[in-house]
Formats: sequence, C-alpha cells, structure tokens
Amino acid sequence: MSFASHDSATKQSAGIAITAEEIGASGVTASEDVANYALYLGDDALMLAQRLGWWISRAPELEEDIALGNIGLDLLGHARFFLTYAGTAWGKTEDDLAYFRDEHEFRSCRLVEQENGDFAQTIVKQLIFSYYQYELYRRLVESKDETLAAIADKALKEIQYHQDHASQWTLRLGKGTEESHRRMEKALFYMWPYVDELFADDELLTRLAEQGIAVLPSSLREDFDRRIEAILAEAELRVPAVDGAWGGDRSGEFSEHRGHILTEMQVLARQHPGATW
Amino acid sequence: MAATNTAGGHLSAVQTPEEQAGQEYFDRVIAEDSRIEPRDWMPEGYRKTLVRQVSQHAHSEIIGMQPEANWITRAPSLKRKAILMAKVQDEAGHGLYLYSAAETLGTPRHVLNQQLLSGKAKYSSIFNYPARTWADMGAIGWLVDGAAIANQVPLCRASYGPYGRAMVRICKEESFHQRQGWEILFELSHGTPAQKQMAQDAVNRFYGPALQMFGPPDDDSPNSRQSMAWNIKRFSNDELRQRFVDMIVPQAEALGLTLPDPDLKWNEERGHYDFGELDWNEFKSVIAGKGPCNVQRMQRRRQAHENGAWVREAAAEYARKEAAAQQTADTALIGA
Repeated sequence: MSFASHDSATKQSAGIAITAEEIGASGVTASEDVANYALYLGDDALMLAQRLGWWISRAPELEEDIALGNIGLDLLGHARFFLTYAGTAWGKTEDDLAYFRDEHEFRSCRLVEQENGDFAQTIVKQLIFSYYQYELYRRLVESKDETLAAIADKALKEIQYHQDHASQWTLRLGKGTEESHRRMEKALFYMWPYVDELFADDELLTRLAEQGIAVLPSSLREDFDRRIEAILAEAELRVPAVDGAWGGDRSGEFSEHRGHILTEMQVLARQHPGATW
Repeated sequence: MAATNTAGGHLSAVQTPEEQAGQEYFDRVIAEDSRIEPRDWMPEGYRKTLVRQVSQHAHSEIIGMQPEANWITRAPSLKRKAILMAKVQDEAGHGLYLYSAAETLGTPRHVLNQQLLSGKAKYSSIFNYPARTWADMGAIGWLVDGAAIANQVPLCRASYGPYGRAMVRICKEESFHQRQGWEILFELSHGTPAQKQMAQDAVNRFYGPALQMFGPPDDDSPNSRQSMAWNIKRFSNDELRQRFVDMIVPQAEALGLTLPDPDLKWNEERGHYDFGELDWNEFKSVIAGKGPCNVQRMQRRRQAHENGAWVREAAAEYARKEAAAQQTADTALIGA
C-alpha cells in the first residue's frame, strides 16, 4: 500500500508516526548548532500557532474556526517537535524552552509575530508563510540530520494544506468584492516588509547548509517569488512596492509584539514554576 | 392533557388521507421504537420540538467554545495547549453536525444562526459562567462534558435518525473530552498546594451549574413528557441527574477533591446518593439572561458574525463570478 500521493491534504505516511514524546525519548542529541537552527524553525511555528489559536470562536464561519484552528494545531505540533529536539542539546524540555525563555532568547521572525488584524491580514500572513515553509520543508526533507528530515517530512504534508487554504482565500478575497480586494491590498502592504527577513542567511545557517543539514533561506527566494507572484496575479493582486523593514535577522532583533505574545503565553506557567500540568 | 399525549401528539383535527397515512406510519415507527427519517411524514409538533432541541444543542456547542477558547493562548504546557485547541475544534465540529441534522428538518443554518444572534434561541446556561482559571478547563471537561454525556448517550437512540446518528459520534468525542478534563484535575489535585486549591475552587463553582444542566426537576419540566412519548427523550431530568451524581461521587474521591454539597450521602435504601436542593432561582435567572457572562458570550458571537460579513460576501461573490465564467466558457464551447 502506498501513501506517497501528494494530492490529498489528509494523506498519511511513515513520517506521521513521529511525536514530540518520541523525539525526546529517542536518545538523539542535537548539536549546539542544530539546536539553534531547530529554535529558528520551532519558534516561527510556535508564534504563528499562538496567533492562530486566537481565531477559534472568532472566525467568519464555523468552517474557518475549524480550519484556522487546525492549521494552528499543525504548527503547534511542528513547534513541539523542533523545541523537543532543540532541548536535547541543553537537557531542556519543549516547555522549558517555550515558557521559560525571555523575549531576547526567541528566534522567531517578525512576520509570524504580527497581529492577526482582520481576516485578510491573517490570510496574507498565512499565504506568505506557508509558501515560504513549503519551499523550505520540501528541501529540508533531504537534510543529513535525520530528525530534522523526519520532522520536515511530516510537516510538509500539512503545509501543503495550509498553502491551499491560504491560496483559496487569496483568490476569493482578491476577486470577491471591492471591499475584500481593498482589504487584501492593505494587508499585503502591511505584511510585505517582513518578507525579506525570511530569506536572510546568517553564519549559523551558512555553516549548517555547508554540512547539508540546513536549507539556506536565500536559495528559496526565487521559487517563492515566482509562485507567490503567480497566485497573487490570479487573484488580481500584486506584490506591493514596499521596502523590507530594516533589522530582524533572527539575531535577537524582534518585534514589539513578541513581548505581548509571550506575556500571555507564559503567564500561568511562570506563576507556578516547577509545577507539572 | 393525557388524552393528547398519544405517540403522534395530535389532536383529532381533520387530516387529509395522506396525513392520516403518514400519521399511521409515524405512530407505528414510534411504537416499534424504530427511526423516523427526513423524508418521512411527521407531526408538526415533532418537527418543531426537534428543530428547537437540535439547534439549541448546536448553539450550546458554539457558545461553549468560548470559555475554553479563553485559555488556548495561556495553556500552561504545549501539550495541554494542543489538546485544548483540538477540543474546542471538536466543539465547532459538533455544532456543524447538529446544524446539518437540524437542516434535514427544513430549517436552514442561517435561520438558526439568526435565532441565536437575536437571542430568540437558547443555549445551555452553563456556558454563561466564566472560565476563570486553568482548573476550569478540567472542571468543564469532567463535570460539564460529563453531564452532557449523561444527557446525550440516550439521545443516540432518539427516534429521529439524523439526530441519533450525529449523537453517536458526538458522544465518542465527548467521553474523550471528559477523560481529559478529569486528567487535568487529577494532575492539579496531585500537584502543588496552589494547584490543588485551584482544582477544588473550580469544582466548587461548576458542581451546581453542571447538575442543573439536566434541566428543571421533573414536576417543573413541561416539555419532557411529550418528548418521551416521541422517543426523543428516554429518561427524565431527575433520573439523569441522579445517574450523573452516582457517577461523579467516586470519581471525585479518586481525585481527592470534595463536592460542595453537605447533603451528599449514600442512601443504602435507595441504592443512590442523596443530594441537596439546587439553587433553581439562580438557574432561572441565568436562563433569563442575567448570568455572569450572558452578555459577553452573545457579544462575542455577534462580533464574530459582523466582522466576518465582508468575508462571507466576498466568498459568495467569488462563487457567483466563477459560476458565471464557467457558464460563459461552456456556452462558448457549445457555440464552437
């Protein structure tokens, strides 16, 4: 029996068996570099999951409460894999890393930290990020680091669904009514400054890419641009003429939003340090 | 009153031959304890009762998402966050199945939604209580979902097919939720003193309202008798409430938590636990809209609906344009 088909959002493969608990119990230990890379990936997923969780019970239709919740849940799953794996380098758990690091210790990009805004802003954020993640993970499945490759394999299948969801809504909102079109243009204008950061290389990424472990973000840009321009054109929208926002390159330069996200996410865990839940 | 309480619930009004045949078929199905399906003839009262009950249940699922969604962003571990997100999502799914079941009775979802938003339709009053602490996620799962299951398991045999079948799936997921809730409380009651206190406080607040979820006492429940004659309802409110109390007392003991009722004690003679009178004035005033969160819950639902209006309009307009484009393409093809 083969589950290799790539045409269904609900397909399954051996990769689906992976769980955060299994990564923790596997005895594999990430190197310092790999752990830091896993934080890049895990923190992005965690911040976006945290944002998406807000939509549940607030979406325009019940079907979207479910869809956005599902996407958030997938991303939260990815975050748990990556943080658990990162934690093996320092003897920490996923929760140590999620709840007991301070703002400057997170490595998420600024795009995922942006506010949900209206539904258009959320969709544009999802469009940009899922297209970026798709390019990233379809290469990361070849990583020489087996754990990263296995996580990417599981995540890739889900990201294809996220991409499809964002694309479908981009078409509906881009071509729907004047108002929805206008809202999409605005959302693109406000989110696009954070696109460049996704494709910025740094020393860690370069070092790991040379070893065949990480994917160099700059290598994804061409495919990303081509594909995102195509979907925007189909939706009668285009890439806005705005400059990238200076700063942020995962070096600890983070958005103002991060502190608020963490304040909310961490409050209960920090009120009861050492407690189990 | 009793004279009108035949299985058909009909007065001997003038019926057409088709109606008479339909009524006979309906009465036979009910007498055989079999199932009525959407295309079958059914008495108007049966249809109305079901639309009311099924849609109220759907609305309860949708409003019931709010107290739990309140803790998604603050869940104290990533695993708990994932479980909670999945649970609230399940509730949206339950709402959808139930709206679909109600639609088979001829009332479209947007009408049912409008009834909720206008305040005409009710939902379970338990969701008008606030979810103040993380332990409330446990108490809601254990007590609220637990009471819902006790109510809903017999509904899997409800005489209306689509409702009964929807309930089968819902009950499976609900019992999973109940165990999760119990496990949250178990973890807390075996944790630090502050965690245990949090758990006890949540149980204290949710115990009474959860028992009231079964509805008013039997002698004050006007609709129950007819629903039982129609095989929609299988047990009375008080029977189900007793069954629930008997179930949760040992579970509370296993948690190491107490239930806030000084009159709660085993009655050897009855073979059941006795429990104290519930505060029915509170129940009535919460139903009447004066609970701690009635206004807040409705405000959130209306805001979500209003804020989403432009999105739904865009989706409808896009679908219209696509259909028109498709038609033009088809016409061109025929013309060629």
